[in-house]
Amino acid sequence: MNSKRTGEKVIYWVMRGITYLVVVFIAYILIDILVHGLPAISWEFITGDPEKSGAEGGIFPAILGTLFLVIGTIVVALPLGMFSAVYLTEYAKQSKFTQTIRMAIVTLAGVPSIVFGLFGLGLFVVALDFGASILAGSLTLACMILPTIIVASEEALKSVPKYMREGSLALGATKWETIYKNVLPYALPGMLTGAILGIGRAAGETAPILLTAAAFFLPELPSSVYDQVMALPYHLYILATQHPEAQKILPMQYGTALVLLFLVIGLNFVAIILRIKVRKKYKW
Amino acid sequence: MNKQRLKAKIIKYFLQSCGSLSIIIVLLIFLFLFKEAFPFIGSPGIGELFHNIWNPVSFQKEEFGLFPLITGSVLVTILATVIAIPFGIIGAVYISEVASAKEREFLKPFIEILAGIPSVVLGFFGLIVIAPLIKDLFGLNTGLTALTGAVLLAFMAIPTIMSISEDAIKSVPAAYKEASLALGASKLETIWKVVVPAALSGIVASVMLGMGRVVGETMTVMMVTGNAPVISMNPFTSVRTMTATIAAEMGEVTIGSEHYMALFWVGIVLMLMTFSLNLISYRVLKKYGMIDK
Repeated sequence: MNSKRTGEKVIYWVMRGITYLVVVFIAYILIDILVHGLPAISWEFITGDPEKSGAEGGIFPAILGTLFLVIGTIVVALPLGMFSAVYLTEYAKQSKFTQTIRMAIVTLAGVPSIVFGLFGLGLFVVALDFGASILAGSLTLACMILPTIIVASEEALKSVPKYMREGSLALGATKWETIYKNVLPYALPGMLTGAILGIGRAAGETAPILLTAAAFFLPELPSSVYDQVMALPYHLYILATQHPEAQKILPMQYGTALVLLFLVIGLNFVAIILRIKVRKKYKW
Repeated sequence: MNKQRLKAKIIKYFLQSCGSLSIIIVLLIFLFLFKEAFPFIGSPGIGELFHNIWNPVSFQKEEFGLFPLITGSVLVTILATVIAIPFGIIGAVYISEVASAKEREFLKPFIEILAGIPSVVLGFFGLIVIAPLIKDLFGLNTGLTALTGAVLLAFMAIPTIMSISEDAIKSVPAAYKEASLALGASKLETIWKVVVPAALSGIVASVMLGMGRVVGETMTVMMVTGNAPVISMNPFTSVRTMTATIAAEMGEVTIGSEHYMALFWVGIVLMLMTFSLNLISYRVLKKYGMIDK
């Protein structure tokens, strides 16, 4: 009996070890990039233009480009995703049509990012003739993050208790009035959580914008949605793999990686905090 | 009153059309992949895709054989899955059955960070840290191998496998566990002989979803697998996956050329692979009530 106990204890420790190995790996990535990236960060690096094809200078146009892409993405994807979720939770009945929508959302969530790139290239860049541009890139990214926003919004809507709807309906409000005034306001913070997660994903993706929006170096900042942009993830990719002096400009690469990581993980962090706050605020 | 009814109807139809947007996008994706790839069937002919050589830029004869790209993707995916499975499943069991509540509160969000790291950053880390490590460890000429890609992709699949397996484990009825414990089995025996087998289909689905993610991953593999389009099942050679081929070559092709169309065929194969992996796991998860019907 006792040796069996010891045996079990050993196995528990092995399981713990394997789990914490993943933790160590993550911590190692974060620390490595932080330690090597921090010295490269300066005011000039954040606000300056790249010089000598990225070997010196800053990454300001890439930060700004990512910002433009993300804003474009969210402006398109957030309302569509929210309305889609409202339909699914408040209106849709159990039917073949609803099942098909759910199936489509799952499929969309599983489409490889590079295939979104091909799709964006075929539809937005070539067929609709937007060219490689902020517009084409944002629309492509919007299609990509739509499932994230729908799923999170649905969860937020579902967490609003039924009696909130019934009370409003009983007082004579129409279905839409009920949703608009008594459901959406309470679901909104949860929906925003989903939106932030989507933004985080859009900001970090490279493959879709590779084919639809990004350029490595542009002499001027974009002036309209039909212009190409520089973007942080693409900038890092080129510096790390295509640059003739890739080995020498490691600090620039680490600096870019750190800014990107900070942006994406920061957004995720905000989403998590928001979720916890919402849960505390609305305890039904 | 009638006006109000009309308004309600308009709102409903508006929301419904937003709801069907996902269907439309999926259809458009298939449509545009095929539309761009289609003329390839006439010339140079679909048979060109079933060859063993991918050499799309050549002065003599261009070759558009997809096999080396497919084997490249398959090799990296299988290796990554084999590496990810023990971490993903044991981690899920540990978090849901062994860890204390406090530990769980730390572990779950921390491992979720991994899912949030942009693939280009992971690729960069792989290039700078993991590739040299693998080169030295196995005494290779280059660290840019299928194995390097697989190690990094495994860590991308782990969060997916862990979180869905954990849901599957949690959905095992408590009565199963209680019955096993009441019959005198220890906690560990109960976990591995009752709980895990009962959750197995969900766990398998989680692995397949993880595989779907790995097959479709682009930037990380492009940066660390060396990008040599050769047919090989040796983890220590450089390979080129389907995703990396599209990403690396699409920038240099003329729109509408044979090479352009061939890259869309690569996209179609890729889409069908991930689509079927996701479809099967979706079916399994739905059957066990882990997805809304």
